[in-house]
Amino acid sequence: MDRLLNALTVLSGLLLLFVLASVRRAHIRVEYSVSWLLAAAALLILSRSRGLLEAAAPKLGLSDPPLALLLVIGCVFVLMFYRFSVIISKLRDDNIALAQRLAILEFHLQALRDGQPHA
Amino acid sequence: MPANPRTITPAPVPADSLLIIVPAYNEEAAVGGVVRAIHAAMPGTPVVVIDDCSIDATQAVAREAGAQVLPVPHHLGLGGCVQAGYKLAFELGYAYVIRVDGDGQHDARDIPRVFEALRTSGREMVIGSRFVGGNGASSGAVRGLGIRFFRMVLRPILGQTVHDPTSGFVGVNRNALQVFSKSFPLEYPEIEALVVLQRKRFRFLEIPCRMHPRTTGRSSITAVRSIYYIVHVLLGVFVNVLKFDQRGRHPAKPGKN
Repeated sequence: MDRLLNALTVLSGLLLLFVLASVRRAHIRVEYSVSWLLAAAALLILSRSRGLLEAAAPKLGLSDPPLALLLVIGCVFVLMFYRFSVIISKLRDDNIALAQRLAILEFHLQALRDGQPHA
Repeated sequence: MPANPRTITPAPVPADSLLIIVPAYNEEAAVGGVVRAIHAAMPGTPVVVIDDCSIDATQAVAREAGAQVLPVPHHLGLGGCVQAGYKLAFELGYAYVIRVDGDGQHDARDIPRVFEALRTSGREMVIGSRFVGGNGASSGAVRGLGIRFFRMVLRPILGQTVHDPTSGFVGVNRNALQVFSKSFPLEYPEIEALVVLQRKRFRFLEIPCRMHPRTTGRSSITAVRSIYYIVHVLLGVFVNVLKFDQRGRHPAKPGKN
């Protein structure tokens, strides 16, 4: 249990550093880094709260505190994947609308080049 | 120099104005013949080929055959491509749009009958169907099964039987054009589009049309992809049905499908 929590502490710390470095280098926009930073911070706190895990495990019907930890990690990442799916869907919609608009503008431009007056 | 009568003008268009759109992706071998056949069947009617970022000479061949080209800057898939055509037609004020696929499977000689049905029936959509007195010869075994399956699924949703739900030979009037220019399924759009229309309480009509076997290129729906197709379309249909149920309280946002 202790080894698992220590490993999680190290991984959470690395994740925090990695995300901050990515934001600094503008690889991730600040608004999209918030989810990762919150998730990493939550895992860091959880990894240093052995008592909390031991109290939560029986309440979740789990015999082993590490299972509670895995459950929390799973939930955090499922939520993050959902959030990013929403963002990607919106970006795709916007991207398609822009591509269609660009195509229509190019169509009008081509008609102008061909000498057909356009309003 | 007089303007080309086939060229689209942005000026107010007559009440019966028709635009023919031809979505095409890597169809250099077929699209020229399609455009010429349309011009022969409907002289003077503007034809726009919507090129879905083909890597072959589709655009050049289409222009050479006398069509105008709506060049999509990156590959959008059939739905995004067709919706671009609907948006263009709606903005230019066209009253009717008929979609003919760029692979040459639809017989352009049927376009006048689709147009006539659109003008006289008062229906928002007219579908050129292989299975209403047509030849029905071009649907393979897997596709035939899929068509029968979706016929069964759609019957209670639409309140009428649609014999050829996957037909891409479709005409729409301006009411449907307005809806589709804002909200249109992006992948495999034909079946979902029927449900989108149903949400608006629009009606459709099927008329018999001829269908030729594909002579060039390959269909995007292979045997393996047909499973994905069925799951995807089923999901899309049910999502649209759910939107329909909530229509009175929360109207669906445009452009979301």
